Amino acid sequence: MRPRVVVLDYGSGNLRSAERALDRVGADVTVTDDTDTAAECDGLVVPGVGAFAACMEGVRRVGGDVAVRSRVAADRPVLGICVGMQVLYDRGAEHGVETVGVGVLTGSVEQLHAPVLPHMGWNTVQPPPQTHLFAGVEGERFYFVHSYGVRPGGAGETVSEHGERFVAGVEHGALSATQFHPEKSGEAGLHLLDNWVKSLS
Amino acid sequence: MTVAVRVIPCLDVDAGRVVKGVNFRDLRDAGDPVEMAQVYDAEGADELVFLDITASSDSRETTYDVVRRTAEQVFIPLTVGGGVRSVEDVDRLLRAGADKVSFNTAAIARPALLQEAARRFGSQCIVLSVDARRARAAGSGSGFEVTTHGGRKGTGIDAVEWSARGQELGVGEILLNSMDADGTRQGYDVAMIEAVRAVVSVPVIASGGAGAVGDFAPAVLAGADAVLAASVFHFGTLSIGEVKAALRAAGQVVR
Repeated sequence: MRPRVVVLDYGSGNLRSAERALDRVGADVTVTDDTDTAAECDGLVVPGVGAFAACMEGVRRVGGDVAVRSRVAADRPVLGICVGMQVLYDRGAEHGVETVGVGVLTGSVEQLHAPVLPHMGWNTVQPPPQTHLFAGVEGERFYFVHSYGVRPGGAGETVSEHGERFVAGVEHGALSATQFHPEKSGEAGLHLLDNWVKSLS
Repeated sequence: MTVAVRVIPCLDVDAGRVVKGVNFRDLRDAGDPVEMAQVYDAEGADELVFLDITASSDSRETTYDVVRRTAEQVFIPLTVGGGVRSVEDVDRLLRAGADKVSFNTAAIARPALLQEAARRFGSQCIVLSVDARRARAAGSGSGFEVTTHGGRKGTGIDAVEWSARGQELGVGEILLNSMDADGTRQGYDVAMIEAVRAVVSVPVIASGGAGAVGDFAPAVLAGADAVLAASVFHFGTLSIGEVKAALRAAGQVVR
């Protein structure tokens, strides 16, 4: 049985690539805004590009915030990608305005301090010693595109650097997240998604 | 941990086929875009750019189909530009599987389009493509002028000011194409890259003029975050690997 994965569709960006990449590594993928389907599946992917506030509004509109909190409370797998990771935190600050996030991770998403923003391109990462998500691709580069991030300090964090160090990934129980786009990170990204999908069954 | 310099092949697509000629005028057929995208991905391309040069709007459907099929096969970022006129065009391209969309002529006609697109989809997926040349009239501005029609028509707009304005309006990247250097294979216009780098903090992709492995590092030293080329890759003059080896030998970080 292929693990059933839902990509939460709340109106954010290019979902086709995430869908195709997850399909490629053996998941049975559904792209939907239906929270019942999102509650029942083996793994829920929260994608996201653009602004924190706009994404959070979309997530809340489809009831994604409640769905994610329930899954995390029940120790059921969730993978946040890019702004889909950022919205899992307590809050995000953009242009001086704070937006409340889903709140399953502790911390605040803030603008990175770097000479060139967005941080756009392939960068290396430093996963924690016990990583499952990065097993076999610890030394690879992944594709990032973001201007905001979270300062490291929590458990199970993978770290990268652009101007300053920021959280590039999280593995915390059933909750996983990447600031980069694994679905846009070539073979390394597919390998990481494969690691996640395999962990679902 | 340093972000790598991106090496980007650009595929000029006309009615579903890849073409590229000297100064955009003398077009030669160089293959199927989806197949070429797969080859470039396998060779280590960091991103792909599709420039749709299809003239008739009927054939635009072909472009969406090419984008869709590419996004199903290739798991690296894809930027699509050429003939993008509205926020709706951006929406359709993103839904087809593009990660970034570039504006050029339509933004010159109506700059607010950049702001509308960036607000709706996020700065990270809106690129301003600037086709610039050395200004014909001396003595004003930066000396670089924005052109249209493949470099044939001057607009009188200062290319450096226009790039800065693009950033103000919310674009997340500047694709800077030297129309003087394009197709000459004599190297990038380094002075133009430096001038734009000095006024923007978003990433700059250098384009136009790549002919030899030694041409790429000077563009990066001038401030480019990414280097784009078309014909040298399509016709096998250079491979992505050779370009990256040369960049690495020059002390740059590559994937």
